[in-house]
Amino acid sequence: MRRQTVLVLYLTNSALDSAVVGWSRYDGTGQTRHMAGDADEPPYRTGLEALKDGWRLFQASQLLPHTPGAEFDVSYLKYEFWFEQLSEVAP
Amino acid sequence: MSELPLLDARTMAGFAARGFLRMDGAVPEEINAQFLAEVGEIAGPEPGRKLRRTYGEVLARAAVPEVPAGTPLARAYPQGSAMARLLELPVVAGAIRSLVGEAPTFDHHFLHVTFPPAYHEAGGGENVSQHTHQDSTIDPRQAFDLQIMYYPHEVTRPMGGTRFVPGTHLRKVSEAALGRYQNVRGQQHMVCGAGTLLFLHSGMWHGGGVNLSDRTRTMFKVRMNPSASQVRQFDLSTLERAAAQRPIFYLKGPQPPSVEQILMTPEPWFEDDTGRLEFINRVKLWRYLTGDAGYDADYWLTRLENLATA
Repeated sequence: MRRQTVLVLYLTNSALDSAVVGWSRYDGTGQTRHMAGDADEPPYRTGLEALKDGWRLFQASQLLPHTPGAEFDVSYLKYEFWFEQLSEVAP
Repeated sequence: MSELPLLDARTMAGFAARGFLRMDGAVPEEINAQFLAEVGEIAGPEPGRKLRRTYGEVLARAAVPEVPAGTPLARAYPQGSAMARLLELPVVAGAIRSLVGEAPTFDHHFLHVTFPPAYHEAGGGENVSQHTHQDSTIDPRQAFDLQIMYYPHEVTRPMGGTRFVPGTHLRKVSEAALGRYQNVRGQQHMVCGAGTLLFLHSGMWHGGGVNLSDRTRTMFKVRMNPSASQVRQFDLSTLERAAAQRPIFYLKGPQPPSVEQILMTPEPWFEDDTGRLEFINRVKLWRYLTGDAGYDADYWLTRLENLATA
């Protein structure tokens, strides 16, 4: 059976080789359980490092124009990149 | 002028920039012991017993009162109770006065108990940390509420502790919408001695850490709202207005300590572009707290407010 493991990286700008400032992992194989606050150092320094290590990028956040009147509002992390690895697991 | 030991300008600037103020061991052991006695004994794990039931019994038995939202904080706790005594400590009263002004209003409180693995195994639940979130709901105000986290006993790293991300308090988000962020560079975990207090701006991103130790972890949170002005409530004798803007970008060495230096210090998680928006929003918050509508640091708002109409 195939299972998906997901890595989400938050970078300092829209370039994939910019620095990681946030990260999350979800392991569909069930071999590891990641959760909030489980690591204080990122798994990779940049998104490009994750590519080099075999992660497959499948989604990146869009660059959207700033809403007039709300140009200085800050909310969610802006540069989000989703990666995956597929693994075979015993049925 | 208040007789209380008010926060000085640089400590206030630190709160404006980072959204928290930590006071280690500020509460005497006698009050910590009284508080834990008021909370009462927590029953041990029993096979098949759901954690929700154990927790519900702790909350029901504790000698912590139910308090209507909107009660004046000064009337929220019975005289002589641990929480009343804690709030009367001059160092605590001075910080509250500095941050939310005179006579704040009680919003809510909660007794957070985080259980070790044996309870989860006995009850059949999973032992995980709380998703990172911002309390309450989307809050577009410049005014802010204050949350005091009280740690009545020592918290070790295996016990989890409150996790928070300094500097996130000015982000306008909707509660647990940010739950997918498991880790953010610069996050801190409250590992502390008994009697430690963490004062948080109500916008701070935070969550409870998973408890991997063999004892329960207890934290008591109180949220309060300003009922009057939050402006110029700190120790104004320590507030100096710089005569001129600092040089920016082209610098030949480190800058001397100042309010501006505090407000312009980035967090490890800052994005390149929105990090600058964080600086701008810190300046706006400092304008609010000082009542100085013309204040700026490192020219961020001066540049934008130049409409070339003169």
